[in-house]
Amino acid sequence: MKKILVLSALAAMLASGNALADTSDKKIAFSNNYAGNSWRQAMLNSYAIVTKKAVADGVVAAADIFTTADKEVPTQAAQVQNLILQGYDAIVINAASPDALNGAIKQACDAGIVVVSFDGIVTEPCAYRVVVDFKDMGRQEVEQMAKFHPEGGNLLEIRGLAGTSIDDAIHAGILEGVAAHPKFKIVGSVTGDWDQTTAQKAVATILPSLPEIVGVVDQGGDGYGAAQAFAAAGKPRPTIIMGNRQDELQWWKEQKDKDGYHTWSASIAPGVSSLAFWVAQQVLDGRTDVPHDLLVPYLAFTQDTFEAALPKIPKGGVASHEYTQEDAIAAIKANIK
Amino acid sequence: MTAAPIETGLKGSSERDRLARARLLRGLLPALSLVLVLLAIAWLNPRAISYFGFSLMLNLAIPIALATIAQMFVIAGNELDLSIGTFVGFVGCVTATWLKDAPLVGVLILLGSIGVYALLGALIYLRNLPSIVVTLGMSFVWQGLAILILPKPGGKAPDWLLSLMAFKPPLIPFPIIAALLIAAVVHFGLMRTSYGVILRGSGGNAAALERAGWSLLKTKVVLFALAGLFGVLSGMALIGITTSADANIGNGYTLLAIAGVILGGGEFVGGRVSPIGAVIGALTLALAASPLLTFMHIPPDWQVAANGAILIIVLAARMLISRRER
Repeated sequence: MKKILVLSALAAMLASGNALADTSDKKIAFSNNYAGNSWRQAMLNSYAIVTKKAVADGVVAAADIFTTADKEVPTQAAQVQNLILQGYDAIVINAASPDALNGAIKQACDAGIVVVSFDGIVTEPCAYRVVVDFKDMGRQEVEQMAKFHPEGGNLLEIRGLAGTSIDDAIHAGILEGVAAHPKFKIVGSVTGDWDQTTAQKAVATILPSLPEIVGVVDQGGDGYGAAQAFAAAGKPRPTIIMGNRQDELQWWKEQKDKDGYHTWSASIAPGVSSLAFWVAQQVLDGRTDVPHDLLVPYLAFTQDTFEAALPKIPKGGVASHEYTQEDAIAAIKANIK
Repeated sequence: MTAAPIETGLKGSSERDRLARARLLRGLLPALSLVLVLLAIAWLNPRAISYFGFSLMLNLAIPIALATIAQMFVIAGNELDLSIGTFVGFVGCVTATWLKDAPLVGVLILLGSIGVYALLGALIYLRNLPSIVVTLGMSFVWQGLAILILPKPGGKAPDWLLSLMAFKPPLIPFPIIAALLIAAVVHFGLMRTSYGVILRGSGGNAAALERAGWSLLKTKVVLFALAGLFGVLSGMALIGITTSADANIGNGYTLLAIAGVILGGGEFVGGRVSPIGAVIGALTLALAASPLLTFMHIPPDWQVAANGAILIIVLAARMLISRRER
């Protein structure tokens, strides 16, 4: 009995200690905490497309997707713990909270599991983070606004889901941008939860109390709702920053065709889930030089580029980009300093 | 009090046997459903049935069990607390900030919040307000305060709390010991002491209690204060496991706690609750909702719906059996 134990331990050591191992027997799980909006649907879709092919090609043995029933941290922490018990080799995670999952993430690392977080990242040092520079995105919104309105003016800000790191980072970027362009002033702020209906209601409620607005800085998923609220109130249409959603770009196109309306659109590409998958695969492949923090660019569209992208976005969806293994290797290389 | 024996005396012995059997079944049902869920997990993933597996699967059930006990106290008095989830989140934020950086202030805030709960009980009794409305309002207050304390996720649990929740006793995993302890303490307090009987009586027959000279104001205040106390314990336990807080961390607990009480054999009215059942109910819910679902390999599009379906099946089984009692 003892001999078998020793032998199997030895075998396990040999199997795991192999550098540049083949990943065809590795299983990667995707822990997702929310699937209820167009962005998350596109994220799951991109991930499924890329991983289905990877499994078919024999790159990895399995790539299963797990979505929790609610947005709550404890549910996802429990899910991660279950994935540990399931014996996955890596977990790709879009986390409900950057800090509050650290306990479960640490348990996963201690069990020898590679954890790669993206979008909703985790701060536990043992995990990898595929980060989009949200702060820069917020700052860039004001930069673009300064191009459209060199004279400055009043801005309305639409915030995302309160208490999340993404909302916090974009907001900080916007504040930084406004500090750099003091002729802009944020005269009102509402919570839109990255959702058109919520944003429309919130903007409609605050509009009557506001002075004239030249621009709306937001976080994506809320631009079309804001446009509807302005139209319903009979107020002049401001420059509304868009967030790569199909309805937003469609509205932009209609306005542009009508009178040459100018704006800018940016958001994190939902397909970044597939990039996180490839990063996990690279780490499982034995690469030890992968930085734990990988900064990847956000996906932006300008007046000249958005119309080409529009037909490719499904109705109710969001612009995406599926990453390849080469993209991941390039992104890792770009982040090694 | 004297009506019951006369009534049973009039009924035939076969009728009495049937009722006793139904009551036994009702008492066993929570345990039975827990065993069923465990068997399903063992069948789907044998690896999970181990010391390590139980520690992982059940440790997040401890805060749910504590929140369920909190809800149970409120339900024992024929009220409902819709704020327990956000209250747990608020406590979590205090635990990860004040309690670590300035323990004395943290303790005072937490004691104060229990005091607020007691006051709510008094308010609901004195003004005869529906508790659903009052606690729904309070849920927004707690949520707002939590976001004020932690505008973005962060903070860190005090070290003593971290080491307590990571405690690894020999042989039996910590979450199981904790669950047994919680169930035993509350069972003794509520079911075996004379004031526990009065507390449950305030939900069973308030008029009779009042005529007998007991203060209903006091029972309501005590029940709500106990709910606050266990809400605080739940929030602290949760942060001890997650290590760090988030203003939205407890939001899902409100409904889980209600479902846990009902699954554990409690009733919404009549002061009929069971602490042991509530703890088992919470464990069952925690296991059925997460590990079972993960191990079943359901396609992602159906996972959310499957979670709801499992809850409905488990609760429906409980309702079927309690109906046979009548």
